[in-house]
Amino acid sequence: MIRLERRPAPSRAWAWATPLLAVLATMVAGGLLFAFLGKDPLLVIRTIFWDPILGEFAFYYRGQLLVKAGPLILIAIGLSLGFRAGVWNIGAEGQYIMGAICGAAVGLAFYPLDARWLIFPMMVLAGGLGGCLWAMIPGILRTRFNTNEILVSLLLVYVAEQILAWMALGPLRSPDGAGFPGSRNLRHYDAAANHELIAGSGMHWGVVAAFIAVILGHVLLSRHILGFNIRLAGASPRAARFAGVNPGFLVLTCLGVSGALAGFAGFFEVAGPAGQINIDFNVGYGFTAIIVAFLGRLHPVGILLAGFLMALTYIGGEAAQATLGVPAAAIQAFQGMLLFFLLALDVTTNYRVRIDVRARA
Amino acid sequence: MRRDPGSDGAERVSTPLLEVQGLRKAYPGVVANDDVSFSARRGEVHALLGENGAGKSTLVKTVYGLLRPDDGRMKLDGQVYAPGSPHDARQAGVAMVFQHFSLFEALDVAENVALGMEVPPPMRELATRIRDVSETYGLPLDPNRVVGTLSAGERQRVEIIRCLLQEPQVLIMDEPTSVLTPQEVAILFETLKRLRTEGKLILYISHKLEEIRALCDWATILRHGKVTGSCDPRQKSARELAETMVGSELALPAARTQDPGKVALSIAGLTAVSGAAFGTELKDIFLEVRRGEILGIGGVAGNGQDELLAVLSGESRSAPDSILLGDLPIGSFGPNERRALGVLAAPEERLGHATAPDMNLIENAALSGRRRMRMVSRGFVNWGKARAHAEHVIEQFDVRVPGAGSVARSLSGGNLQKFVIGREILQQPDVLVVNQPTWGLDAAAAAAIRQSLLDLASQGAAVIVISQDLDELMEISTRFSALNEGRLSKPRDTAELTLEEIGLMLGGAHDLEIGQGSSRPDRAAEPGETVP
Ligand SMILES: Nc1ncnc2c1ncn2[C@@H]1O[C@H](COP(=O)(O)OP(=O)(O)OP(=O)(O)O)[C@@H](O)[C@H]1O
Ligand SMILES: [Mg+2]
Repeated sequence: MIRLERRPAPSRAWAWATPLLAVLATMVAGGLLFAFLGKDPLLVIRTIFWDPILGEFAFYYRGQLLVKAGPLILIAIGLSLGFRAGVWNIGAEGQYIMGAICGAAVGLAFYPLDARWLIFPMMVLAGGLGGCLWAMIPGILRTRFNTNEILVSLLLVYVAEQILAWMALGPLRSPDGAGFPGSRNLRHYDAAANHELIAGSGMHWGVVAAFIAVILGHVLLSRHILGFNIRLAGASPRAARFAGVNPGFLVLTCLGVSGALAGFAGFFEVAGPAGQINIDFNVGYGFTAIIVAFLGRLHPVGILLAGFLMALTYIGGEAAQATLGVPAAAIQAFQGMLLFFLLALDVTTNYRVRIDVRARA
Repeated sequence: MRRDPGSDGAERVSTPLLEVQGLRKAYPGVVANDDVSFSARRGEVHALLGENGAGKSTLVKTVYGLLRPDDGRMKLDGQVYAPGSPHDARQAGVAMVFQHFSLFEALDVAENVALGMEVPPPMRELATRIRDVSETYGLPLDPNRVVGTLSAGERQRVEIIRCLLQEPQVLIMDEPTSVLTPQEVAILFETLKRLRTEGKLILYISHKLEEIRALCDWATILRHGKVTGSCDPRQKSARELAETMVGSELALPAARTQDPGKVALSIAGLTAVSGAAFGTELKDIFLEVRRGEILGIGGVAGNGQDELLAVLSGESRSAPDSILLGDLPIGSFGPNERRALGVLAAPEERLGHATAPDMNLIENAALSGRRRMRMVSRGFVNWGKARAHAEHVIEQFDVRVPGAGSVARSLSGGNLQKFVIGREILQQPDVLVVNQPTWGLDAAAAAAIRQSLLDLASQGAAVIVISQDLDELMEISTRFSALNEGRLSKPRDTAELTLEEIGLMLGGAHDLEIGQGSSRPDRAAEPGETVP
């Protein structure tokens, strides 16, 4: 029989060391995977982790780093609040899509009016609101009918994808698009575009929002009573109720905030790097952000670092696909391994595995 | 000289069964066990005595393999014994009954026992074995009962039987009686005595000195992690024992408070369904507590105590005017609205309800003190104030910890209890409700807590003390009510009550005033039933 036995409390330093170990383990296991695919593992690993920052074409990749890390960090900060409180929003991808649709729809409604001071802020708000309301569905269902928010939020991702496809083919399709799916390109509409702030840096308003979210998240968790309540509810639900924390309120707040942040991320993406609402708009940021949140130990600063790390694997992964012909699925498996190893290491630091030989019949 | 244990001429074995030598265990900031040595024989009930935080739990956890000592050796039956885990300890014949039971409420007794076994036998065989053991040792227990429906004492029996099925040589019990009724304690003692005659060793931790005098053959006394002596507890009075433990004289709480003032808080006709799966429903509760008085509520835990506290603290809401604070209806108010009005509470379960185990004492001070101690301004927590409150409690209530930054889980049971009560008292409540306030406290600390409750009442606060400890209620309460199966009896002046009358009230004779002589103490009147 195999059993897990709880170890005495591990140190704080170890809690922070496990993400690093998980990265190392992922490199080793990923290297093996690439070797089986007939690629040179060292070369692939170097392409993923080294070239984007310090390689020959780094000037191009560095900008991409912010573009990819921005939404991951923004979404993960929101998710981490819920995860800390024991509220499991797995459907950030759907909230991201709905944020993008709502934000873009507002912008497109004003086309071709030239009033950026009015239109852009309204789009930002619409994006946040779209994500927030979409996340409120699992929230209200949980507080009213005690449904499981994990399932509901996840299933709503697929609903959101259907809505996205419908929007791209129907209401938001570009009238000038010669019948192709997809909306007008917002980057060509100055009043609504989320342009790069410094050319070539990849810095856009979404990245700024992500940094602000890191700071606010940190202040919230360490200084604000809401952050304290969130940590309390996650640490000990019964003590939280004694402290006067209203569990339903907390569920709605956490889902609302994480949905809004995912919605913002979706909007900044659609008005910037992506440019248009289209069937293939979403690329899984909402799911990857879950990995980012845990890799960052649900801590804002950790999430900042983890966001960059994940962005690196995205960019490096694309480079490896393009230059070395590594299949996309292998790159996704590689990213998944990161979460797997992190969780596995967490278990082994908190528990030890015992294997008993059946001594007695 | 040390006497031979078990004067009934049981088999004498000259070598000790368990030998502990020079054991040391340090935590950051405290040495919990420092050069601890003692030995214990077969056929002995061996008490470990000591004030709160003396290191008793640490010592037995080391013996049970939960903790590894920094230094020192142990021998079991002459062999070197160094368990790496509880699993090793069980294999070597050492078993332990914890104070907090690890049972699944929705499963039945046999299933729970099977879950704790390495290789469980088929269910039917197990049920027979459980029945056998429970008969042999006089522990009445039906293997097919669902655990959720069992009393605390019965749950403990499940744990004990689970241990006995492994046929251990050493049985460790850490404060086993704090949750038991006197009858259940009597049953437990019979079992332990039988185990003693079988030549088993029982390591027994308790703060109830009378029990130790009645049961134990030998006592090892710990103070600040060191062994300071040993004695035959039957040769000493409870008071002497307490004083050897604490190392100073014991101050007994001063006399009762003066005449009560106006009604501070009242409940009229409250009926409340429990939120917990196997909770007790509160039925038609009437209650009144006046300024300057302590209302004692006696009764066995599990008869609605937790539910009554939740209703008073605001964790369970009720109709607005079912609870009145003076004239103000507060039934629908949440915990923080009530705290703002001066109604504070301290629940029984100190880890996981009164405190968050993994948070430190500063955060746990903010848990209940945020409102009244003005720790929050414009939504931001003033951690300086929270720390000041935590440190004030630590100092005033003699909470022995390295500092306010220690997490709640690392405190000894008694020290956390002092923190939980002190945290509320120092907020100057107008109405304070406490559930089992001296649970697991040593004699000196218990006396200090009782004194501070009396002081609070004499300053004009209304205090409700829910407790299983009748002596405690007799000592400090002005009036006494009994809570039984969710019903609260009419309060009586404690001074006029005899122990027999209290027994009747606790037995569930709610209509004590009407039919005093004829009510049967052993059975509660059913809702529709009238007692002639
Ligand atoms: N996990 C831990 N981390 C840090 N300190 C600890 C930990 N566990 C216990 N201690 C400290 O070790 C000391 C001894 O604690 P222990 O629980 O053994 O006391 P005890 O004698 O059982 O007291 P009580 O009667 O109150 O239960 C205390 O000062 C306590 O604060
Ligand atoms: Mg203890």
